[in-house]
Amino acid sequence: MSSAFMSRTGALMSKLAIAASLGMVSQAATAEYALNMPVGVTEISREVYDLHMLVFYVCCVIGAVVFGAMIYSIIAHRKSKGAKAANFHHSTVVEIVWTAIPFVILMALALPAAKTLVKMENTRGAEMSIKVTGYQWKWQYEYIDEDVSFYSTLSQDSNFARQKNSGVDLESVDNYLLDVDNPLVVPTDTKIRLLLTAADVIHAWWVPDFAVKKDAIPGYINETWMQIDEPGTYRGQCAELCGRDNGFMPVDVIAKEPAEYQKWLAEQKGETASVATEQNVALAQ
Amino acid sequence: MSHAEAHDHHHGPEPGFMRWLKTTNHKDLGALYLMFSLAMFIVGGLMSLVIRAELFTPGMQFVDPQFFNSMTTMHALFMIFGGVMPAFTGLSNYLIPIQLGAPDMALPRINNMGFWILPIAFGMLLSTLFMEGGAPAGGWTLYPPLSMQTGDAMPFLVFSIHLMGISSITGAINVIVTILNLRAPGMDLMKMPLFCWTWLITAFLLIAVMPVLAGAVTMLLTDKYFGTTFFAAAGGGDPVMFQHIFWFFGHPEVYIMILPAFGVVSQIIPTFARKTLFGYSSMVYATAAIALASVIVWAHHMFAVGLPVAAELFFMFAAKMISVPTGVKVFNWVATMWRGSMTFETPMLFSLGFVILFTIGGFSGLMLAMTPVDFQYHDSYFVVAHFHYVLVPGAVFSLFAAVYYWLPKWTGTMYNEKLGKLHFWLSTIFINVLFFPQHFLGLAGMPRRIPDYSLQFAEFNFMSSVGAFAFFITQFIFLYNLITTCRGKWEKATDQVWEGAKGVEWEMLPSPLPYHTFEQQPDLSDYEPHPTH
Ligand SMILES: [Cu+2]
Repeated sequence: MSSAFMSRTGALMSKLAIAASLGMVSQAATAEYALNMPVGVTEISREVYDLHMLVFYVCCVIGAVVFGAMIYSIIAHRKSKGAKAANFHHSTVVEIVWTAIPFVILMALALPAAKTLVKMENTRGAEMSIKVTGYQWKWQYEYIDEDVSFYSTLSQDSNFARQKNSGVDLESVDNYLLDVDNPLVVPTDTKIRLLLTAADVIHAWWVPDFAVKKDAIPGYINETWMQIDEPGTYRGQCAELCGRDNGFMPVDVIAKEPAEYQKWLAEQKGETASVATEQNVALAQ
Repeated sequence: MSHAEAHDHHHGPEPGFMRWLKTTNHKDLGALYLMFSLAMFIVGGLMSLVIRAELFTPGMQFVDPQFFNSMTTMHALFMIFGGVMPAFTGLSNYLIPIQLGAPDMALPRINNMGFWILPIAFGMLLSTLFMEGGAPAGGWTLYPPLSMQTGDAMPFLVFSIHLMGISSITGAINVIVTILNLRAPGMDLMKMPLFCWTWLITAFLLIAVMPVLAGAVTMLLTDKYFGTTFFAAAGGGDPVMFQHIFWFFGHPEVYIMILPAFGVVSQIIPTFARKTLFGYSSMVYATAAIALASVIVWAHHMFAVGLPVAAELFFMFAAKMISVPTGVKVFNWVATMWRGSMTFETPMLFSLGFVILFTIGGFSGLMLAMTPVDFQYHDSYFVVAHFHYVLVPGAVFSLFAAVYYWLPKWTGTMYNEKLGKLHFWLSTIFINVLFFPQHFLGLAGMPRRIPDYSLQFAEFNFMSSVGAFAFFITQFIFLYNLITTCRGKWEKATDQVWEGAKGVEWEMLPSPLPYHTFEQQPDLSDYEPHPTH
């Protein structure tokens, strides 16, 4: 216990040292230490990241001006230094200026945001669609027009380890709480439309690397889309409180090159077909 | 008048418990509200420690996930409805009559009822912890269909929210009637201290939105027990409609918790800068603008539900606009300090901490209002960090500032300044250790309201938990200072208490305040609290 405590403290210290020396804005630091939002692997996620950094820098500048004035005043205008209070109590010009400037800054921020937003909500021209259904506590993925569908649940290792006082060393579990039994497999360089709904309560499908987070709501079909540039495994979690095991329904997406994906799809179809045949045989008997 | 003369002798309070049960005195009720809120802060704080203990290290150590969800839900309900709101109602009771030269609140018996409803409501809510199915665990936002899965606690939850709503509305009506009718002659509206102004506007917001919340939870109740399907898709209802109704209440609620804090800080900073508040009238207009805008931005809490893009654009622009009047307030505070003659007693320290840390919460709010980026922030720890910055070093720091500022006036005893400063510095350090890393957690992808997390989140959760326990323990310094001051352990306070304090309570009333303040209303026609042009 105490050694775990020490190593955690040590890791924290080094992380903070790096945060302090590089600042939370350095990309190198973000990739390794996850201090910042991921840049992600879609055009949208990169735009979102840029907007995030833009508004962050704007806040830094405003903060530097406001806190700078405040701290200067705290140092220079203190009674113990013999400061005598001035007498001014309002200035219409100044007040108009500092109402107008923030207004202009906000507009300047909102316009590029609006542009990206319109792009994000434009699901037209999708090359394939997947229906995503949230359940307490798993996801179901149905490949529309492909006759492929399966459930995606927290991996057994994680599920065992996460039981209260399981005694399992969490470092020994692969991607603790982030691995699933059947990940969603999708092609890269393809505009994929997701149709989201839920069977019981509201869930939310979130993968930070795609900048996609959308609620899955019973009785609704929500739409969103992504076009992934790089093959890889991308992880997220259910982001809407959905009951007891809300923390234990991860989202796993594996992006493959289109050719690889087609191979995978064909295999799946075979499996689905054979399962169906077995079921028919069972029914016939 | 002859009635008042017949009672010329000051009759004091009844002795014992009956004094508190039957009291209609605004100071007694103010004290009751404040003590009650302190108790609720402790209960809600203990719940947050359960949360932070479980999140101390990855893996499930102490509680069941369902109980964890109960803790996040109950922590929010206790802190919002039991801690922050009653604390500001307590301040309004204590301060509004003495700041305006009124003999008491306008509706003293309603005032008594409004208070005594609260212990019943929270007793009932607390009792749900021991019920079949456990305490409410669907989040304080009570989103259906999840909240429909609440067990026996459901009707108790709904009824306790009704009671809290009734209590808030009685408080709000009392504030409005007192301010509009009981001001001393010559106390024009534009002469009022800002605390009265911010509370007047808050009171209208309360009356506008508390019934909306009551309606929403009533529909939950009938959906669950009487076969209606307001929010059940299977019966033609709409689960998203609940969210619209809830946030129509919920967003103004945010300002209900922060506008009175603005009022407190707007009074404390001029005192310790020994300079008039900069831009008094723009402060009043900014408060009104924030309140009006707060009822047209609700859906910025719901960007992920799949609103039409036009609605998303509208709510993005509207939400951003709120930062204009809020910015005006911050600039005015800084301009008040500018070329002042500042000293840094504890109330001032907490007010300065408020300005800086609330503004940091405002910055993350500005970021959250960027709809496309909000898809990343939404329901992550970034949001948790954001609203805790505006509520803890925001609203709660202003409450600390207010208590240190007015306590000598109330009790006639000066609190211990050294302990006060120690309390400020430790609170400020630990609140940042507690909440700042949560920004990183959210950006790195940790959802809120989860009892366990994957290993890359371990370090910052560890740090956050250390901050939480340290912050909680620090509050015992405050508690000790508070109790000893009420018992008169420290130096006697002067009538003006603070060198730079302006206002009826400082310039015209003794410390401690007598049980009845104004049997004859003062004439304030010639009284100039601040230049009016
Ligand atoms: Cu879920």
